[in-house]
Amino acid sequence: MRNPQRTEKIAFFFLFLATLVIALPVGLVVIIIISKGLPAINWQFLSDIPRQGMRSGGIFPAIMGTVYLVTGAIIFALPIGLLAAVYLSEYAKDNMLTRVIKLAIVNLAGVPSVVYGLFGLALFVVFFKFGASILSGSLTLGIMILPIIITASREALESVPYSFREVSYSLGASKWQTIRHTVLPNAIPGILTGTILGLGRAAGETAPILFTVAAFYLPQLPKSIFDQAMALPYHLYVISTQVPNVNEKIRYGTALVLLVLVLCMNLVAILIRYQFRKRKKW
Amino acid sequence: MDEAIKMKAENVNFFYGKTQALKDVSLDIHAHSVTAIIGPSGCGKSTFIRLLNRMNDLIPHAQLIGRVYLDCQDVFSHAADPVELRRRVGMVFQKPNPFPKSIFENIAYGLHVNNIKDKDFVETRVIESLKKAALWEEVRHRLHESALKLSGGQQQRLCIARCLAVSPEVILFDEPCASLDPISTAKIEELILELKKEYTIVIVTHNMQQAARVADYTAFFLLGELIEFNKTQELFTAPKDKRTEAYITGRFG
Repeated sequence: MRNPQRTEKIAFFFLFLATLVIALPVGLVVIIIISKGLPAINWQFLSDIPRQGMRSGGIFPAIMGTVYLVTGAIIFALPIGLLAAVYLSEYAKDNMLTRVIKLAIVNLAGVPSVVYGLFGLALFVVFFKFGASILSGSLTLGIMILPIIITASREALESVPYSFREVSYSLGASKWQTIRHTVLPNAIPGILTGTILGLGRAAGETAPILFTVAAFYLPQLPKSIFDQAMALPYHLYVISTQVPNVNEKIRYGTALVLLVLVLCMNLVAILIRYQFRKRKKW
Repeated sequence: MDEAIKMKAENVNFFYGKTQALKDVSLDIHAHSVTAIIGPSGCGKSTFIRLLNRMNDLIPHAQLIGRVYLDCQDVFSHAADPVELRRRVGMVFQKPNPFPKSIFENIAYGLHVNNIKDKDFVETRVIESLKKAALWEEVRHRLHESALKLSGGQQQRLCIARCLAVSPEVILFDEPCASLDPISTAKIEELILELKKEYTIVIVTHNMQQAARVADYTAFFLLGELIEFNKTQELFTAPKDKRTEAYITGRFG
């Protein structure tokens, strides 16, 4: 290895190879799902209920169920997560209690999703007697994405320059006014980005909704938040493993819809961040 | 020293944790005059000026012993409200720091947080403040453009206008020209001389010529102590303390 040019080439080769190894599976997943799923996608598939024991028809109830669940999760998790983040980053003193709370939040993010499912079953379904319902499922998903929202919001709040707060105080603003008029408006893009990433996660998880809301098969849409609902990830699980002889096209079509839904949410997050970066100049 | 005394520091000691930043400082600030605070880096001048509007409150583990008065009222007493104090004692910072909002919104911010909602009043006050800060002619046609599009010197005058909009009685300038070019600096200095007719001004500066040009009184700080305080002309022409003489003749600092 005395030839530095050759060393350079070898180093480049391995670094490039490692990157390729990462990119390849991602690309393959997308390509396979699109090529196998796209033929299934048509208006009927998106708007009809499943028919013939889910072997034909559409996946409309599952799409709507996922939309309901994600909406419910956000209604619950965004306000609580945001308020907690404001407290932690602006008000909390650096003491033992605060450190324990922050540690708990970090750990909450690492809890396996099936544990959230069991927790939701015990607390919402059984203890609060909400039964298996959209309410129980939404709350469970909401708790699961709380750490994501809190962490993203805290980072966004803390990245607002100290000089903005200083000026605000120097103009006779109180602490809450400073947060309300200066810190929050400048943190909103970061908070939204984190929230949408959390939503993408909520839309894709199967385990937390398994015991709390998901219906095997429902021919109509839920009528209230106390009804059960179908959901895309669980529906995919069902038609892939529980129902025999489902056309591969339908399975991949469902996967494609779920993938597109999650990717769209991430895309919105990226766009918000991009828009904001363009404006931000400090 | 015949003018009324607007603010007064009495035996002020200030600590960051265990580090003492100010040692037994007593200083009178005369109404409708410019008081300059000079001294080498780390001498406590910024710490001192930030006591006058209690900006140091925001620093954890900081401790004050001594008293600061505004119109004979103790600003650190339990009854005193720091928010109220900061409405009366405004501040312009070292780096121009406009909010990422429009020019108009920047200046209206202080009124907004003071619950002044009357649109006509706010508009009048914004225009008035811009005129006082000698910025009106340059921005009158683009009040709703982003303040970040202005040049550094314009941004600093915008910050002055923003401070004037809340009608303070005292204005603290913390090295306001440190990041500006000579022409912008001259404009700010001109402005300070104009503003002292209506306001009481305290300015921290690294630049001794600047102190000599704008200040009626000058205080020289060294290592947290007030070494000498006098009318500017006397301090610069006949310093009483050897250390002051050494500093103003450029032997250190």
